[in-house]
Amino acid sequence: MERVEFITESPDSGDGVSTKSMMLNMGPQHPATHGVLRIVLHLDGEIVVKAVPYIGYLHRGIEKLCENITYQQCLPYTDRMDYLAAICNNIGFILTVEKLLGIEDEIPERAKVAEVILFELGRIESHMVGIGTHALDLGAMTAFFYCFKERERIYDILELVCGARLTTSYPRVGGLPLDLPEDFEEKIRNFLKIFPETIDEVDKLLTRNKIWVNRTKGVAYISAEDAINLGLSGPNLRGSGVPHDLRKSNPYLDYDKYDFEIPVGTDGDAYSRYLCRMEEMRQSVKIIEQAINNLPDGPYAADLPEIVLPKKELVYTKMESLIRHFVLVYEGLKPPVGEVYHGVENPKGELGYYLVSDGTAKPYRMRVRGPSFVNMQAIAQMVKGAFLADVITAIGSLDIVLGEIDR
Amino acid sequence: MNSSLGGDGFLTTTINYIANWGRKNSLWPMPFGTACCAIEMMGAFASRYDISRFGAEVARFSPRQADLMIVSGTITYKLASVCRRIYDQMPNPKWVIAMGSCTCGGGPFDSYAVVQGIDEFLPVDVYVGGCPPRPEALIDAIMKIQKKIENEGAPII
Repeated sequence: MERVEFITESPDSGDGVSTKSMMLNMGPQHPATHGVLRIVLHLDGEIVVKAVPYIGYLHRGIEKLCENITYQQCLPYTDRMDYLAAICNNIGFILTVEKLLGIEDEIPERAKVAEVILFELGRIESHMVGIGTHALDLGAMTAFFYCFKERERIYDILELVCGARLTTSYPRVGGLPLDLPEDFEEKIRNFLKIFPETIDEVDKLLTRNKIWVNRTKGVAYISAEDAINLGLSGPNLRGSGVPHDLRKSNPYLDYDKYDFEIPVGTDGDAYSRYLCRMEEMRQSVKIIEQAINNLPDGPYAADLPEIVLPKKELVYTKMESLIRHFVLVYEGLKPPVGEVYHGVENPKGELGYYLVSDGTAKPYRMRVRGPSFVNMQAIAQMVKGAFLADVITAIGSLDIVLGEIDR
Repeated sequence: MNSSLGGDGFLTTTINYIANWGRKNSLWPMPFGTACCAIEMMGAFASRYDISRFGAEVARFSPRQADLMIVSGTITYKLASVCRRIYDQMPNPKWVIAMGSCTCGGGPFDSYAVVQGIDEFLPVDVYVGGCPPRPEALIDAIMKIQKKIENEGAPII
């Protein structure tokens, strides 16, 4: 599809017909804005002259709320930022607090491997919604149902592990709160058997679908240079051909021990980003396979009495454990004075937590670098000079989530 | 069937009953999804839970074509006027489901930005607790709305 040049003023037709540009308000309640994003579009006919996104309709004050609660209590709030992959947010936050406490090296292997499995499940979960709703917005409803079928399977696993489907709040500082359930391995292996078939099905439905290709190829283009300058991350950056992935460049959770590749797009358009996401899910399957084969036995939480809660049966039977439990819950854990930044490769890009500790049990400041917030900046540039219908493609292909943008 | 229809193939009922019977079995929801609960609402619409078994799968994003508003997700002060305006645009009779703790009473967000319950500006028919509630809970809420329509009905204009 050829891109239309940016039109500055209406052509003077000379026959007395005057044209005017039109302002169109898209959102905050719109089925394709993935939440409550509002975009004010300045249109010349069907061509977008200017697009201005307005945010803040879901601002809940998470960062401010976290200043008044203990570190452990912050965990459930991180779920509700990028709720499509809550488990990735949780793990990112836990890793940051562990870094602040300086106990990264004491986390047992079993907890680390389990976190990798759950992190990659979160990635699949998020991409399934990203692709499913993107297709739904462009009129392909079937893919949405196939994607959600698979998402429900991931929900089942998460429910088995932590009791919640969507808002997991799962790992704790220092490891896992409970050992993994007995049939965890079996469920994961079962999922790994079924899931690649679904990717192939979605692949068949979309990748060579003429309508899908026409709606996405060459649409919402962003060059590699612009993508870097805007600070994009995740599949949106890799779709433009920049092989940047924090799992490779700045490995956490021992990601450097796993054998996987970073899919990179070539065109920087919506279709490339879609292909990147599809391939990323296949790579995630590869990572989960390696992790489940190497899931070690042994302790699931670090042996740090001042940080990790004692086991429940000890709390009921041993006085010392009861006191430790009481103190840890009542006072919270107290990291040393200092500040720390830790970024993880969320499904949507680099999710960073910046924590400032003043030595008390409550964070002095918690700042979240949400990938969607940064990625969303690209919309204005992507849709400039494009058709109105391509705005939907741009939003869908950026895969933004408003909980994280507004926080 | 023939015996209940009588010999001439008709039955007697009231217009109210037949209208409410129709309304109850063909609710057209207007999904006002803002946050996490919207994902569970999508789950209710999708393959496993399939809300169309209850006649409520025709999601209409235009309020003028809907009669059931499902408010799912946190409503902030900035969004409250939008929510109310969309409710006002829906034609009568209309019903509202408050899905999730945030819409019921602010949920975990006791902050300067969040409305502590949508019943501060909307008449709510059914509250669904949970953070987020499971799709089964939403389906249960729809069944409660159906029961309400059946029992109380709505005036026929």
